[in-house]
Amino acid sequence: MELQTTIYIFVGLSFALYLGIAVWARAGSTSEFYAAGGSVHPITNGMATAADWMSAASFISMAGLIANMGYGGGLFLMGWTGGYVLLAMLLAPYLRKFGKFTVPQFIGDRFYSKSASTIAVMCLLVASLTYIIGQMTGVGIAFARFLGVSSDTGIYVGMAIVFAYAVFGGMKGITYTQVAQYIVLILAYTVPAVFISLQLAGNPFPQLGLGGTYTGTDMSLLAKLDQVVTDLGFGKYTTQLPGSTLNMFMYTMSLMIGTAGLPHVIMRFFTVPSVKDARSSAGWALIFIAILYTTAPAVGAMAKLNLHATVNTAVKAGGDLYAPEASIKNEDRPDWMKRWEKTGLLKFTDKNGDGRIQYYNDKTKNEVAKGKAEAAGWKGNELDVNADIIVLANPEIALLPNWVIALVAAGGLAAALSTAAGLLMAISSAVSHDLIKGVFNPNISEKNELLAGKVSMAVAIVVAGYLGLNPPGFAAGTVALAFGIAASSLFPAIMMGIFSKKMNKEGAMAGMLAGLFFTLFYVFAHKGVFFIKGTEYLGLIGGANSFFGITPEAIGAVGALVNFAVAFLVDKVTKEPPEHIQAMVEAVRIPRGSKTVTGAH
Amino acid sequence: MKEDKSSHAYWNATLGLLTKILIVWFAVSFGAGILFVDVLNNIKLGGYPLGFWFAHQGSIYIFIALIFYYAKKMGDIDRQFDVHED
Repeated sequence: MELQTTIYIFVGLSFALYLGIAVWARAGSTSEFYAAGGSVHPITNGMATAADWMSAASFISMAGLIANMGYGGGLFLMGWTGGYVLLAMLLAPYLRKFGKFTVPQFIGDRFYSKSASTIAVMCLLVASLTYIIGQMTGVGIAFARFLGVSSDTGIYVGMAIVFAYAVFGGMKGITYTQVAQYIVLILAYTVPAVFISLQLAGNPFPQLGLGGTYTGTDMSLLAKLDQVVTDLGFGKYTTQLPGSTLNMFMYTMSLMIGTAGLPHVIMRFFTVPSVKDARSSAGWALIFIAILYTTAPAVGAMAKLNLHATVNTAVKAGGDLYAPEASIKNEDRPDWMKRWEKTGLLKFTDKNGDGRIQYYNDKTKNEVAKGKAEAAGWKGNELDVNADIIVLANPEIALLPNWVIALVAAGGLAAALSTAAGLLMAISSAVSHDLIKGVFNPNISEKNELLAGKVSMAVAIVVAGYLGLNPPGFAAGTVALAFGIAASSLFPAIMMGIFSKKMNKEGAMAGMLAGLFFTLFYVFAHKGVFFIKGTEYLGLIGGANSFFGITPEAIGAVGALVNFAVAFLVDKVTKEPPEHIQAMVEAVRIPRGSKTVTGAH
Repeated sequence: MKEDKSSHAYWNATLGLLTKILIVWFAVSFGAGILFVDVLNNIKLGGYPLGFWFAHQGSIYIFIALIFYYAKKMGDIDRQFDVHED
């Protein structure tokens, strides 16, 4: 069958499945709409959390980033999984016991203050909106590449699908669709990885294949990769660092704390029946996430080796990588390269005019590699490969059958749609529950609140779609901001609300604002005020990464420290929280007496 | 001696468990995966340098084990202090 037809069938079937679930899981009450009635099994919830969590970025971009960053890419792997340990132990069970629908509601009640809750809503909206823009553009790209429609049409179709199951199904619809989406995306990720691991290392488990022997040689796969990339002037794969050890440390810490503080992840733990289930559900979520996250480093490393082996025959055969006949002739390049050239994500420019593809690092500081390249008459790197194609082109690079390629298409869409839906849920509940019911109209009836929830979700979809169609040109910086905000404002506030009985509203609010402004100040210095180009103020802070060489993506951890420090200082000089709040903290700490989540204030 | 069943003792037991787990959490990721990665890379685990393995694989497996260990131990503590759910 034609590749295009196969893709249409796979994607069409997966969409039909999601819509079918939506019809089955319509939400009738606010409890079903916000928290799926608090009746989701911990394993089911774990699977839904995993789909919610693994976005288009995890699915499409992460392996490519790891391929480029080598060892340093481990910061994504550890950062985006280690946060679940914090979430499981420090937040999830206590928030579940507290038994309300949203994160701002916890902050508002615990710190007995509408202002605290409003600050939390603000942080939540900024973090979720910046995150969702990336998802919508991801949907657009995936549609454009695989369905041959324009990226804009792709976003409209994506909006319509999410609208159908998120608005009518609420959290219940979203949860069960996410389970289906998890299954689609994990098959799409692991099936090609298994084939490639078999080809390169003769082992069906990519996790073991990466530590195995490179087929046809007597070297281990990683040692071979290290040798090839250093010889070509790239950093040594298994040791290259992102900046410094300190930066890697802070970056990993920021992602961990940020993960634990992201509202769309936290609110998943309101849907399980008990405190006990909230604890184990985080573990199940991490198992389902780990299946992809332990496969990703293998996909990254193997794709990198495969790519080098494709354009340079000496990789496989041994011998001199710089020998003239080792680089393949452009006319002999495989079909998949021709296909991706059309998208502009892969580009060959014959700089030295010999008709062969020389792929190496022409900006290397490695004198030996530089000397060899000059001696061989190489005039610069001739192949530009966009890191994002690593996963999408992987099945084609390995010459796998059409149905695998179609599956990857459906998987990429599932990853983007599931995360978008989870974020929309977080946004809608913050607006309808925390702002409309909590601040403006506390006497709203359940029926009207449900309607308000659905309307704010619909508005959020349109806003997200608009931003996806007209991306504000800061896609790369936004994820850093979402994590920075979650790490520096929400996580410390929730944690202190549980672990410090004496923390008062003044301390919590001062801490949140201090952490937030510190983080924004540092990020905006690098990326421009609200990401508007030309408004960077690096001079003011003494140049790029001036804070001990920490990059703006890694500053969230420092922001969290600022938050904790300010909160404790302010707390010391203001009066302690009222008796009933301290009693409430006591009650939140013990599991007994947990009830189904409700919206009652 | 009578066993202390107060909420204070329960909370201390909880914090004790959290501290233990956080030490392991820190040791495998930030310790083995980042701070001591160069030393550990001298040891090989199959084709993996050990420090690299912790950063790309090992930490994740240990994180999973930690959460389930926590869930089980917390259940024990809940029952010991008689604060478990019905």
